[in-house]
Amino acid sequence: MARAPQTLFDKVWRAHEVSGESADAPAVLYIDLHLIHEVTSPQAFAVLRERGLTVRRPERTLATMDHSTPTLTAQVFGGTPIALDAARRQVRELEVNCAEFGVELLGLTHGQRGIVHIIGPELGLTQPGKTIVCGDSHTSTHGAVGALAFGIGTTEVGHVLATQCLLQRKPRTLAVNVSGELRAGVTAKDLILTIIGRLGVSGGTGHVIEYRGDTIRALDMDERMTVCNMSIEAGARAGMIGPDETTYRYLEGRPRSPRGAAWERALEAWRALPTDALARFDREVELDAAAVEPMITYGTNPGMVIPIGGTIPQRCGDAAFTQALTYMGLAPGQPIRDQPVNVVFLGSCTNARLSDLRSAAGLLRGRRIAPGLRMLVVPGSQQVKREAEAEGLDRVFLEAGAEWRESGCSMCLGMNGDVVGRGEYSVSTSNRNFEGRQGSGARTLLASPLTAAACAVRGRVTDPRELM
Amino acid sequence: MEPFTILSSRTVVLPGANIDTDQIIPARFLTTTTRSGLGEHLFADWRYLPDGTPRSDFVLNSPRARGCRILVAGRNFGCGSSREHAPWALADYGFRALISTELADIFSSNCLKNGLLPVTVDEPTSAWLIAHPGAEVTLDLTAGTLTLPTGRAVSFPLEAFARRCLLQGVDELGYLLERRHEIEAYERRA
Repeated sequence: MARAPQTLFDKVWRAHEVSGESADAPAVLYIDLHLIHEVTSPQAFAVLRERGLTVRRPERTLATMDHSTPTLTAQVFGGTPIALDAARRQVRELEVNCAEFGVELLGLTHGQRGIVHIIGPELGLTQPGKTIVCGDSHTSTHGAVGALAFGIGTTEVGHVLATQCLLQRKPRTLAVNVSGELRAGVTAKDLILTIIGRLGVSGGTGHVIEYRGDTIRALDMDERMTVCNMSIEAGARAGMIGPDETTYRYLEGRPRSPRGAAWERALEAWRALPTDALARFDREVELDAAAVEPMITYGTNPGMVIPIGGTIPQRCGDAAFTQALTYMGLAPGQPIRDQPVNVVFLGSCTNARLSDLRSAAGLLRGRRIAPGLRMLVVPGSQQVKREAEAEGLDRVFLEAGAEWRESGCSMCLGMNGDVVGRGEYSVSTSNRNFEGRQGSGARTLLASPLTAAACAVRGRVTDPRELM
Repeated sequence: MEPFTILSSRTVVLPGANIDTDQIIPARFLTTTTRSGLGEHLFADWRYLPDGTPRSDFVLNSPRARGCRILVAGRNFGCGSSREHAPWALADYGFRALISTELADIFSSNCLKNGLLPVTVDEPTSAWLIAHPGAEVTLDLTAGTLTLPTGRAVSFPLEAFARRCLLQGVDELGYLLERRHEIEAYERRA
């Protein structure tokens, strides 16, 4: 009997079922790679201790620190202690836990440290067909290589540490089909913001998204990661892209990619992963890439997004919408263009890979940021930092008047000392514009690195195409 | 985990849609290494003025909210970050159940691990609850029903396994540990 056509997701899911789901019980799903960090793991290790358990497969577990860690060189590499006491304790606790349970840690001063979702692919640990979890919702990033990757809570971090498995109900599938060419000045970030605007912030709930179509095929790996990264902002736990030659070229020769005969075997397995021609998705959505504009958010969730030349919409009788605009200090009918900006943040697991820094530096080269504006550039990993410095990108940012930092989550979430002030407007390349996300009272406008750079030059919300 | 069978309580209502986990517990409180004590920071940026004094206009600061164990929230409550600190903060504050038309995936899963019952109801039921803050309602997990003070009982769905865990007050880890032989068999064939 011929096998029924399957999606990429179906194939990865089935290959990892220790036992399938029934009416009474969820599937037991095997996890190939467990990434942990300092913020969502301490309470999980505490449970292991309480119950006298060990880490079942330490070699499938990798720890790093990124969320609460400082980005100032002196605090990372000694000289001065970590300014935040609680963060210092958290970093120390991860060191102790990893040593006690035999988990490899890329610690604070390690040359391969970085944002957990940046270093996984960079090291070649993130591979097609793997199941990957982490106590962080942006784990969806890893789906860009054709892995099934999703965020979990701390209790589940404990489950994976102890059993290498999770109890899961099978999610539904949603195909987002994108065709056509992105225009100049329009980036993968603008594409995913457009998709979120279309689906809404809960449009993907209960689903795994597969991004498909010639536009997606034409994206490089960094761009694919930006797209998959924000799947969770549409409510989907995971986003995936079928592996192809772009994926294999990216992974070949990375420190932890398979080598030699193992590489050939892996390639053969990976080539069988893409969705079969006649496979069915539970839902499908179509998008024309040529119609995508540079996008920017105006509200307090990533679905509140408009083209940068647009005006803020009106929604009568929607109290949450009104509250969001009050928080943002913006009004319906107002153009977003020329809105004054206080801070520009270039960083995060969404947009802190080398190509993101190149894109922003390309626009900033020979220019200066606006007087009084603060711009923070935080590479996604120490490797990205080294590569950027080798190309002289750090000089471009510094000469433009920006700050150049060590890697980490930084201003994406205000818990490591890098914060946006109360009432200040921040154009940020990160993923969430929630109230207070970048600091109490901070007002976040999400945009691409290119748009962020343009806003930094003018000190106002600016269409990057005006400066290209 | 304390078993969940029947809970009767007055409700507290937060009607807005898309209340994210950064509102439930802002990131600056995530530097803790324990599960306890987060209740005082629940909804910190809505609950307190910048100087730390309680905001009189926020519902959790009103005397009527005291002792309420059921939170009624707008659509897509708990979206955003996977931080389990959100259900820890809600539970530490005293909530044992949440009612909305839709709850975010990871958040809902995290609630179940902490004895917090996530209840999804249809639009009219939600609209009634939002229009009647402080209503005394009963959640019966055995029957799978929400009973309004009008006497109307509405059934709510809950995944069978999670329901059993809540009713018995057991966690999933024990079940997974018992699957050890199957996991070993999988590892041998994978």
